[in-house]
Amino acid sequence: MGEAIVITSGKGGVGKTTTTANLGTALAMLGKKVCLVDTDIGLRNLDVVLGLENRVIYDLIDVAEGRCRLGQALVKDKRFEDLLYMLPAAQTKDKNDITPDQVKSIVEELKRDFDYVIIDCPAGIEQGFRNAVAGADKAIVVTTPETAAVRDADRVIGLLEQTSIGSPKLLINRIRPSLLKRGEILDVDEVCQVLAIDLIGIVPDDETVIKHANQGEPIVMNPQSRAAIAYRNVARRILGETVPLMPLEEKEGFMRKVRKLFGMG
Amino acid sequence: MSGKTLVTIKGVKDGLVFVLDDRCDWESLLKELEDKLARHGQQLSGPAIQVRVRLGRRPVDEDGKRKIREIIGRYGNLLVESIESAADGPPAAPRDTLPLYRVSGIVRSGQTVERDGHLLLLGDVNPGGTVRCTGDIYILGALRGIAHAGCEGDTGAIIAASLMMPMQLRIADVISRPPEEWVSEDSGMEFAYLRDGVMEIDRITRLHRFREEATLSKGV
Repeated sequence: MGEAIVITSGKGGVGKTTTTANLGTALAMLGKKVCLVDTDIGLRNLDVVLGLENRVIYDLIDVAEGRCRLGQALVKDKRFEDLLYMLPAAQTKDKNDITPDQVKSIVEELKRDFDYVIIDCPAGIEQGFRNAVAGADKAIVVTTPETAAVRDADRVIGLLEQTSIGSPKLLINRIRPSLLKRGEILDVDEVCQVLAIDLIGIVPDDETVIKHANQGEPIVMNPQSRAAIAYRNVARRILGETVPLMPLEEKEGFMRKVRKLFGMG
Repeated sequence: MSGKTLVTIKGVKDGLVFVLDDRCDWESLLKELEDKLARHGQQLSGPAIQVRVRLGRRPVDEDGKRKIREIIGRYGNLLVESIESAADGPPAAPRDTLPLYRVSGIVRSGQTVERDGHLLLLGDVNPGGTVRCTGDIYILGALRGIAHAGCEGDTGAIIAASLMMPMQLRIADVISRPPEEWVSEDSGMEFAYLRDGVMEIDRITRLHRFREEATLSKGV
């Protein structure tokens, strides 16, 4: 029996879909069988980020309404043998066309076949959020070091604490070390102090993330990126390993060290 | 005496409502009522107007009511319909008999904790969160959201917090926002109280100057 983890944030644009794609890919790279579920019905883009857009045939709503079997709707990522699958959201429907109970039963079914079911939650706290959270055992709240994102994360944490999921884990995304050093954005400690939940990872801002997303290849596959290392660390923490937080200050020759670490330098 | 209005006259559909302050002393209340009527008496001439007098929580005996009727009755067209006092009903509980509610946890954005009594919160109030109660609020944690003490009108209520960084503080019906009206000295636990209707912040060690009941008995 696998574990379902919902990736949520409240605010849009903080990197939920990117996080879902990268954590899922990283877990698959570590040999786990993973299924990613896009619950952002009407605005799906997990398939785009994973580069699987042209292979979508059936979607979440089709499964819920019985037009196809669950197995038919799953899209396999061929880069990872038999380890990474995705269940796409419908693009022509909206969030009210499915109920939390329907999502829950689909996630339950997926948990029988997969080690991890990662659910990509839409922005907001309405029906879409309730759908995404319904089947999850755990939650990761993604925020960026901005006041507005932290405020929304706090709201979402409050809502999650009222469900059976309980206290979620925190992932602080898109940290820009240069701004941090000048004190222009909130630092990790400040965010953690306000939100008061366990930190599962910090991901530095990396311009190549956008390039990779556009190419349909999650950044985590590129070991030269700092964001990739950060996402791999989060995946290892999900598996229960103790991995120290990566230093945010970019030291001279850092990339060389990273390359050396992966036997490329 | 502060510039606070003791007598407020409101127009309603079927007449006027006189709202009389329930905390000032009786004599100054009557004096202000007389003054106000004397100033605005001319405007109040014309057809008969129904007047309802609201005394808030001030207990009033028949003598007092007669006095109010007498003052208002000097203006022939004002007919006192009723004199209401909340103290006629069950009296509001005095502050030291209010129950103390202990709540632990974090009050997050969008959440509200409300209690009828004093509130002891073991945890933080985050920005966007609200705590409200009829008595005092004591927060063993950071106050970053909104706290409303004495929400039913107790201007003597206080708000104390280990870390005072609120979005807004409210005591009775006074609302204040930092840092326009005051700045936290960031010197450990602080409390907010009303002095002459204005929000003030001070270190918790000075609470006994404001509240006699808080004085500790000393050893010999």
